[in-house]
Amino acid sequence: MNQWSFVLAAYGVVIIATIVLLLASWRAMRDAEAAAEAVRR
Amino acid sequence: MHAFANPARFLKIARPATAWLLGLGLVLVAAGMAGGLLVTPPDYLQGDTVRILYIHVPAAWLGMAGWGAIAAASISQIVWRHPLAAIAGRAVAVPGATFAGLCLATGSIWGRPTWGTWWEWDGRLTSMLILFFLYLGYIGLAAAERERGGEGRMAALFGLVGAINLPIIHYSVLWWRTLHQGQSISISGGSSIAPELLWPLPLTMIGFTALFAAVALMRMRTELARNKLEARLRRSAAE
Repeated sequence: MNQWSFVLAAYGVVIIATIVLLLASWRAMRDAEAAAEAVRR
Repeated sequence: MHAFANPARFLKIARPATAWLLGLGLVLVAAGMAGGLLVTPPDYLQGDTVRILYIHVPAAWLGMAGWGAIAAASISQIVWRHPLAAIAGRAVAVPGATFAGLCLATGSIWGRPTWGTWWEWDGRLTSMLILFFLYLGYIGLAAAERERGGEGRMAALFGLVGAINLPIIHYSVLWWRTLHQGQSISISGGSSIAPELLWPLPLTMIGFTALFAAVALMRMRTELARNKLEARLRRSAAE
């Protein structure tokens, strides 16, 4: 296999995992803060 | 540290800090990755696979730094009973496990064309795999304690004892000279990597660290909001 296949696979794994981690954390935070705010009202 | 013991004061700083860290992290990671993929030359020995260095090294650093943060939070919880320490420890565990897993994955992908194998029971690789399993154990233990309404002291003790693995990972390349190369990058200078290959690394190191900190802050804010929601629901049920 070409060396670039390994390079792109490694970058792909890191980019996807980082995006999933950021989006999941941001969504959980947004939902939790919205729910806490909704109960106060 | 105790200045941030008040969640309201902590949130006042954490809200803008989350956005700033996210912005800074995304810009630096994008710049470092673009530099590493498109600008730097291939290495004379490793060829293009050397480009994996720019994501593998930050993942290894954050996998280890994450457990260092868990150990610091554990001390803060056990010794000073800091109210945010257990929350901070739990918030760091998932991103720490993610980066420890990414370190193993990128190292394995780099190892196949360079060493001719995806995996070897080498001192550095094995101690890093143990760190990944320690993270999984910590996440499970902390979640179980929280579900039972505990303070998280068992998880804190586990976090402290697990920190013994950090010097083992660091010195593994000196103690067991097997496959993984020794230290080739030093903050104090004397790196054995040419500067024209090395310059994107500080960008991805700082960038991924900023993203890690942003994720940790987001997870802390999530847990604080859930605690607030539970307290309000309990109060309204009692009225």
